[in-house]
Amino acid sequence: MAEKIVYKKPDSLTDKIFSYCWGCGHSTVHKIIAELIDELGMREKTIAVAPVGCAVFAYDFWNFDTTEAAHGRAPVVATAIKRVHPGHLVFSYQGDGDLASIGMAEIIHTANRGENLTIIFINNTNYGMTGGQMAPTTLIGQKTTTSPAGRNIKQNGYPIKMSEMLAQFESVKYVERVKVTNAASVIKAKKAIKKGFLNQLNGTGFSFIEVLSACPANWRMEPLAAKAHIDGVISKYYPVGLIKDIK
Amino acid sequence: MKKGRIRIDEERCKGCLLCVEECPKNEIKKGGKINRFGYTFAEFCDNGSCNACTLCAIVCPDCAIEVIEITEDEKK
Repeated sequence: MAEKIVYKKPDSLTDKIFSYCWGCGHSTVHKIIAELIDELGMREKTIAVAPVGCAVFAYDFWNFDTTEAAHGRAPVVATAIKRVHPGHLVFSYQGDGDLASIGMAEIIHTANRGENLTIIFINNTNYGMTGGQMAPTTLIGQKTTTSPAGRNIKQNGYPIKMSEMLAQFESVKYVERVKVTNAASVIKAKKAIKKGFLNQLNGTGFSFIEVLSACPANWRMEPLAAKAHIDGVISKYYPVGLIKDIK
Repeated sequence: MKKGRIRIDEERCKGCLLCVEECPKNEIKKGGKINRFGYTFAEFCDNGSCNACTLCAIVCPDCAIEVIEITEDEKK
């Protein structure tokens, strides 16, 4: 009998246990990014930019260079790093509160300039770290701590579809929305992020990957219910799939 | 057919049970013990039907699952 390990924690993750809640999508996306960095052999040539939000501690978990940007400013920090180190793989990892609210100006102008960057956008429809307040991406009728009666269109407008919006810029080359609910969708998400990284490495240009991610703690759901919520409710408003791909 | 087993890191597992739902062979179950963070971690049933498909490990958010493939020794 011979034994062979066929799946283990990627080397690009440190031994530190994730600080995220049970069933949180952040952990899954951290893991697949680390696996991709290992696969691409880019650990010594990667610089990540972490957001403000739950993923603020990303530098504790990723075993490659990671810096931290002011709230919402990750794309501009990443722009600067990429311009100084054009040979490095530079990506920003941002949540919906960070990217779609306070960082709206930065992401739009970075996309419009067509910087050769990869942006990973984690959409969990609320501000996770601060206790589940309403975000620009919160669904209509969704109850949060700042919309206890549910999001109201008259007062708060419609949830912003960042991917569809950014796909309209000519300078944006690749936009895809994925989810991380079951193994099949995780494999698809990994493929999409890999494409985003490869686009950057071969100079194609700006890539944007939106990941629908569970936030069981703030949705007041068990992880399996949160997973079903993404499949049944959230992906109805935010359809999963390829939105734009220009070679 | 391939044979396998998994090793669940009791300290990393948060008991979200995504792996339990994912496993096509029902080889993982909710455990009865609690780790030092207060999570009821998942347990491997070891009924002999695991074929090291790695689906549980792929879906595991916390990298708590290590998948081991067991191969018979080649005929000598």
